Amino acid sequence: MRDTPPDHCVVHLVQFEAEYRRFAVKKNGPGGFQEFYGLLQTIHQIPGVDVLLGYADVHGDLLPINNDDNFHKAVSSANPLLRIIITKKEDEPVVFGTNSLQRRKKGLGLTGLRTPGAGSTHSKNRTGLMIGMPQNFRQVSSIIDVDILPETHRRVRLHKHGTHKPLGFYIRDGVSVRVTPQGVEKVPGVFISRLVRGGLAESTGLLGVNDEILEVNGIDVAGKSLDQVTDMMVANSHNLIVTVKPANQRNNVMHRGSKTSMGNSGSVGSAGSTGSILSHDSPSPASQSNPITASCANSNFNSIAEGDSDDEDDDGDIILENDSLMPHDSHQVTDSNNVNLNRDSPTNGPHSSTVVRPLPQSVSLPSSVGASLSDSSMTSNYNRNTAHTASNRQESMREDGTIITL
Amino acid sequence: MMKFRFRRQGTDPQREKIKQELFAFSKTVEHGFPHQPSALAFDPKLQLMAIGTKSGSIKVYGAPGVEFTGLHKDLSAVTQIHFLPGQGRLLSLLDDNTIHLWELVVGASREVGGVKREGVVSLQEVGNYSLPGRPGIESCSATRVTVLLLLRSCDLLCIGTEGGGVYFLDLPRLSLKDTQTLLQDQITQSLPDDHRCGKSLGPVESLQEHPQRAGKILIGYSRGLVVLWDLSTRHAEQLFLGKQQLESLVWERSGSLFVSSHNDGSYSVWPVVSGNTYSHQPASSTIPYGPFPCKAINKILWRTTCTGSPVLLYSGGMQRASYGDRHCLTIQRDKDHVTLDFTSRVIDFFTVHSIEPEKEFDDPSALVVLLEEELVVIDLQTPGWPSLPTPYLAPLHSSAITCSCHISSVPPKLWERVVNAGRAQQGRQRTHRSWPICGGKNRAPPPRQQELLLTGHEDGTVRFWDASGVALTPLYKLSTANIFHTDCDPSDDPQDPSSDPDMQQEEEEWPPFRKVGCFDPYSDDPRLGIQKISLCKYSNRLVVAGTAGQVIVLGLSDDRSAHLVDVSVVDLLQDREGFTWKGHDRLEPRLKPAPFPPGFQPLVLVQCLPPASVTAVALHAEWNLIAFGTSHGFGLFDYHRRNTVLARCTLHPNDSLAMEGPLSRVKSLKKSLRQSFRRIRKSRVSGKKRTIATPTRKIQEANAALAEQEEVAPVQRRIEPRSADDSLSGVVRCLCFADTFLRDGTHHGPTLWAGTNSGSVYAYALEVPGIGLGRACERGGASESSVCVEAVLGKEIQLMHRAPVVSICMLDGRGKPLPDPYEASQDLAIAPDMTNAHSVLIASEEQLKVFSLPKVSAKTKFKLTAHEGCRVRKVALVVFSSTAQEDYSEHTLVCLTNLGDMHLFNIPGLRPQVRYNCIRKEDISGIASCVFTKTGQGFYLISPSEYERFSLSAKVLTEPLCSVQLDRPLEPTPASDGTTTQPQANGTRKNQLGQAEGQTEESLSSLSSPVLDTPLDSPLSCADLTIDSTGEITVEDVRDFLTTVDEAENNLKNISEEEGRPTGILIN
Repeated sequence: MRDTPPDHCVVHLVQFEAEYRRFAVKKNGPGGFQEFYGLLQTIHQIPGVDVLLGYADVHGDLLPINNDDNFHKAVSSANPLLRIIITKKEDEPVVFGTNSLQRRKKGLGLTGLRTPGAGSTHSKNRTGLMIGMPQNFRQVSSIIDVDILPETHRRVRLHKHGTHKPLGFYIRDGVSVRVTPQGVEKVPGVFISRLVRGGLAESTGLLGVNDEILEVNGIDVAGKSLDQVTDMMVANSHNLIVTVKPANQRNNVMHRGSKTSMGNSGSVGSAGSTGSILSHDSPSPASQSNPITASCANSNFNSIAEGDSDDEDDDGDIILENDSLMPHDSHQVTDSNNVNLNRDSPTNGPHSSTVVRPLPQSVSLPSSVGASLSDSSMTSNYNRNTAHTASNRQESMREDGTIITL
Repeated sequence: MMKFRFRRQGTDPQREKIKQELFAFSKTVEHGFPHQPSALAFDPKLQLMAIGTKSGSIKVYGAPGVEFTGLHKDLSAVTQIHFLPGQGRLLSLLDDNTIHLWELVVGASREVGGVKREGVVSLQEVGNYSLPGRPGIESCSATRVTVLLLLRSCDLLCIGTEGGGVYFLDLPRLSLKDTQTLLQDQITQSLPDDHRCGKSLGPVESLQEHPQRAGKILIGYSRGLVVLWDLSTRHAEQLFLGKQQLESLVWERSGSLFVSSHNDGSYSVWPVVSGNTYSHQPASSTIPYGPFPCKAINKILWRTTCTGSPVLLYSGGMQRASYGDRHCLTIQRDKDHVTLDFTSRVIDFFTVHSIEPEKEFDDPSALVVLLEEELVVIDLQTPGWPSLPTPYLAPLHSSAITCSCHISSVPPKLWERVVNAGRAQQGRQRTHRSWPICGGKNRAPPPRQQELLLTGHEDGTVRFWDASGVALTPLYKLSTANIFHTDCDPSDDPQDPSSDPDMQQEEEEWPPFRKVGCFDPYSDDPRLGIQKISLCKYSNRLVVAGTAGQVIVLGLSDDRSAHLVDVSVVDLLQDREGFTWKGHDRLEPRLKPAPFPPGFQPLVLVQCLPPASVTAVALHAEWNLIAFGTSHGFGLFDYHRRNTVLARCTLHPNDSLAMEGPLSRVKSLKKSLRQSFRRIRKSRVSGKKRTIATPTRKIQEANAALAEQEEVAPVQRRIEPRSADDSLSGVVRCLCFADTFLRDGTHHGPTLWAGTNSGSVYAYALEVPGIGLGRACERGGASESSVCVEAVLGKEIQLMHRAPVVSICMLDGRGKPLPDPYEASQDLAIAPDMTNAHSVLIASEEQLKVFSLPKVSAKTKFKLTAHEGCRVRKVALVVFSSTAQEDYSEHTLVCLTNLGDMHLFNIPGLRPQVRYNCIRKEDISGIASCVFTKTGQGFYLISPSEYERFSLSAKVLTEPLCSVQLDRPLEPTPASDGTTTQPQANGTRKNQLGQAEGQTEESLSSLSSPVLDTPLDSPLSCADLTIDSTGEITVEDVRDFLTTVDEAENNLKNISEEEGRPTGILIN
């Protein structure tokens, strides 16, 4: 067990290829990114090698360090350990952002990161003004299924990845006017009544007051009471897809030409492409979805397929197992992660102080990925599946952080 | 009623057929006492009693098990009921001035759950009538009905009105006999001059038919005048010139005198001597509770007895200043004088007496008093007039019900001991007379098994009810108050001294009060309230947990005992600091040995600290363990060795609310209540319930409704995911013991599971000495006696959606629920499959999930909230038996949602099977009170005093199955042979009328009755029209609203016309 480092220090755990270094930096110490970059090159004895820096933020997302601002952000987020991953620049870009750790495991594979490539020619961090690539940011919202919805409707997906930002909207009962062959018909409907300033819903710009809610995660809300719709939304809040009829119809995506063409003419459209299909009932081809987002400070896309459908992320129930209870080891996870898990577990400490017998516990996730929660702050194999719960587990993770060691 | 709206609905016809054989929804019986009764009637010929309520329902009761129910379409209060004696018909007068005729009829055959049910007998409305306004008089109050009199011949109904007129209706056609109408003018003409003072006579207060001479009726007017009117000659035979405001009239049996009661608390006896046209003075006039001012005597009865002196029974008449607020009824005979002092208002009363005309005396055998909250029956033939225990209509709410628990197939041994304990309690007061209301025949087969319903009450009592049949009968009452030392408990034995001094003082005290009835809504100490009950029917261990964190383990004993109860205190906060409990203190245990009567006697008392209300309790009698949870954590206690095994705090560090106790939420609750009341009122105003609605009035109403909506800000709901520090996240919602595989796949052993409000599940492996072989041996050494139960945290599951965990249960290798403790070891259930892997079913408010064991991974799930927008409130594992195959049954998960729907899922597949609407979603207390039986029935409170019993099973039903012998005038019937088949409780059919066929009297028809298909829920739900609008209001809106109202009314009219036609009756 190790002591908690002094407050003015940030302990860096740096991984470069298979190499781990650990050192302390004063929190108000080295001023800028360049100094730090140099420091790392010195420490790892790789002067002259172009590398990309990334760090694991509190949610386990892999985020880049490439300018002073995000460097300071990274340092301030040290908790107290800051985990930095250095990769050589290579042709294949490193993927940052939401789900990045999981994606890498699934799609690109760990080897992609570790491939010792030849010195890459282009280097982002040398350019004057740095604007991150879209993939360097965490996606918070998207418009989906544009191709299969009527123009007047909009299907919005809100991602609440463990952020502390509230979803931030309210709904109310109201009367909706429908045009039917018999004439105009009034039916009860559910509407957005208020957006919370600074909330996720407001920051995306995709939802507005008085927008009528038509579906929640693919289920029609017609005939459902306000409380039912509320419960449906809360139940899906970690991955909420709402289909609305915007009150303001002027910003609609226009389908010029055929409906199957890429609707890139959306007024706030960007070139990002969401790779897969998200709603329950709309198996439209991936190529045809057309994400649009408002350009707000922190929101953007990554270019990775959003594979975590509703079913997948739902299995993110966290199961803590007590190792001492296991007389037979045969059943233990045989994942490669288990190596880490076993190594970590003796020092991970009990999650709660009120356990009858404070026994070492291992932590495992039942999902297909099978990465362990305790890994999240330790390895790059962090499973994004737990991101939703990560914020809630944060308190305990922080506590644990003080006694985590290698 | 039945809805198949699940998306993943299988369309396999074979499966559909099986489902129909397994599942069928019906509301079968209402147990308990009708809420807000408002009228009472008795049919002396059929020996049936009818009770009408303020919500417009009529219930007819006979012998235990004989019940009929009807509901008026207009939900006005029933103000009067009159039987047409012997005919199985009754008349009801509603508050909206309409008269309705009801009949016991054979209904049309219908299909329920695949079983065809024919000839269902129910109480049905066959006609109604409302008195037209008098031409030329605007106000309709003149024709407002005050009293009804049904002549003995049953062909004429006399209607007394507010305006003083008496109208006559032909029966059973309900047509007005215009020519016979008797207006006040005709009476005033015959008055002597000195009594004609220009004023009207006032409303008709009483109409009574002469007991001997048919066709002569006594008409009593409010101002005091009483007229003996001859119907055939249409003239006033005699006039009795009373001057005191009249309240009621009653004939003496022979007709030689009648008695009137008055509003000054007096009653007068008037002799009726023929030839004497005017009587100026009564023979005698008495103010029984005078001389100081008294309240009115509302109703008086005069019953002759063979011993000579008549029995006089009257309600009210108490001294205004001293006892004006008492609810009293006086019984007087000679020197015997008792003033029955009730705890709630007297609605009405009658006597059961001989009606045969050849008998000389009434000889009343029983007095039946309908009070607002209970029914009291007094035995008038036993000296001292003791009260009779009622076999049904028990006031469930004598103290408010706080929880309930159902035990199916109770072992006969336990049943007998509970019944004996209950008998011992009733003690000396018991009379040996049988229940006087014994009409009809209960044809239901005797219950195949005994069922117990346990209700926990606010005053710390647990009541045991016989729930095996249609009549819910009290068996035994257990009080937990005497374990504690409470403020309102001055002496050691509270029962005896309170009654004895009264007896001694009786001679001096005037009036001679006697407390009668058991309705007592005032709790001594709210902390005594019972929150959770668990009973092991094999070991007779009972665990009762209450509001102040008390958990009491009781054992059944047949002998009286006085002993000290062991007390243990468990600190559930453990070492958490920084919290202060601002709620109530814990109850103080009694330090001296207390006497305990035979029955369940306390053994151990465990008190949780902080003393928050117990939210979950589990008992495993085989391991001698109890587990209990509060809003702070949970504990495990070994009641055999009397030691605490485990205490675990479940509080989230940020959760301050749970610590402060129950008071901190009051304010917000009040606000939300006010809001919801506003909404209710709004929906009522805009609802249709108006009898005389003019167009202008409708517009006003619509405007009012709209205006009111404008006032109230639109209801908003915030959309935020739950977080760990939501308030009360640590509340323990469920606890469960199971012998299963927690450690590994080869060794099973005792486990304890706990689920919290924030979606956490804790699983502990228990080491119970002598159980879970091998474990103790491994430890080695420790001798058996010193070994304690140990608990080791095995697993912690955090559900990602963080919804409260409603229930946890284990499924064995075959996917069947594990049996109860002792069931398997005593060969009472099929032993669980311990060879294949077990799984755990965790039901949260939002999702149902099955996880594999011992490695916890999700196997199947159903996301109810995400799909339906409803939340799980109650969950039960139920065995449904098939109606078609004798030995086929399925285990099913029944979920009651916050919308009042029942969703049925198969296990372990969690595939939706059927869904039924059961409870109105506004009826929160109904949903909260619902309990399920293990075979597919259930109970929920429809009012504070009534349980609705329902059945989800096509096979297991408990419903009234009874017949009544009627002597109704013949009517042509469409039926050919007069035999109908009746469903039995087990679904097979049987020739029901076999016995009746032998009878040759042509005026006899035998009707058998089971369920009604009217789902009787309380009134608010009906046809309320609300305008859902938060935008601006236009003229169109108002117009739209008006047309919908009109349409609704027209529809209602059509319905009533269609259904108004009398249905044919089957006659033998």
